[in-house]
Amino acid sequence: MHELSIAISMIDQVLEESASRGGLDIEAVHLKLGIFSGVDKEALLFAYGMACEGSPLQGSRLVIESIPLVIYCEACQKERIPPSVYEISCPDCGTPGQKIVSGREIEVAALELA
Amino acid sequence: MSTRMVEVRARVMKQNDLLARGLRERFRQAGTCVVGLVSSPGSGKTAFLEKLLAGLAHDCRVAALVGDLATENDAARLRRSTPNVQQINTGTVCHLDAQMVEKALESWQLDRIDFLFIENVGNLVCPSSYDLGEELRFVLLSATEGEDKPLKYPTIFNSSDVAILTKMDLAEAAEFDLAAARRNIESVRPGMKVFEVSSKTGMGMQAVFDMLHAQLSRSRHSQTAVIG
Repeated sequence: MHELSIAISMIDQVLEESASRGGLDIEAVHLKLGIFSGVDKEALLFAYGMACEGSPLQGSRLVIESIPLVIYCEACQKERIPPSVYEISCPDCGTPGQKIVSGREIEVAALELA
Repeated sequence: MSTRMVEVRARVMKQNDLLARGLRERFRQAGTCVVGLVSSPGSGKTAFLEKLLAGLAHDCRVAALVGDLATENDAARLRRSTPNVQQINTGTVCHLDAQMVEKALESWQLDRIDFLFIENVGNLVCPSSYDLGEELRFVLLSATEGEDKPLKYPTIFNSSDVAILTKMDLAEAAEFDLAAARRNIESVRPGMKVFEVSSKTGMGMQAVFDMLHAQLSRSRHSQTAVIG
């Protein structure tokens, strides 16, 4: 369970963004979370509440948008979503996917202000 | 009243990734080939690393960082092969991060090291999110664990470059289905190189040494090319 470490890094990032904009009153943090990031959504939501305590983000919400795993299929020359995270191949032609386009991101996308 | 949104694009792992990038550049400049080792607990990382260090130490300068929640046991074992071993105790943290590696390297002169191995905490989940600046990541899977581990932990297998099947001397007794294991690795990380070894008998180790030597000369050659 490394979600608490991730939540703490995320809060640091958000506070840095806030400070660079002169200090924001943040109601919610919107996060893009790739399903291939190695971070569990539920565990992160749980850790976020704990990590926020005593910080300026206490009481804020975390809104997570799950980002699917997308590969680039060399054969079809197109981006494709593989059948599952353990079958990393093109759903149409079956070519193994060696290039991952997205699905690994852990990125704060937006801050919702009070 | 409409919600006010401020768009940002802040990567949560930015701090770690920046440190890892700095480390990678230092390793490149020093000509050190750095290999990370990940696996579940008990799949033979330390035994494999003992063989690696002993085998490479004949003609190369080797070093190792080993991560564990507690104890110095692994470092003590590895020091039989080389004095350049440091234990990183993470306390309660389930993975190594770039900052821990950077700190551990403070007292070492990298340009006097050919191969540096970083043994992560035994864990197939958390280490996948943390880049340590390594050139290659090995994921170990032992014959006694079952061949479907890659399907259960696709993220760490996909984030690795090489799979090492360990304890192959026990494969028959454990009824390890080698073909299925290879198929499952290929399914989660197409094109991944797979090596079969036994740290106990030494079987398959030469192929790993050869691959590492090739990697070292390749990365040093490309470094010269960049500078020249």
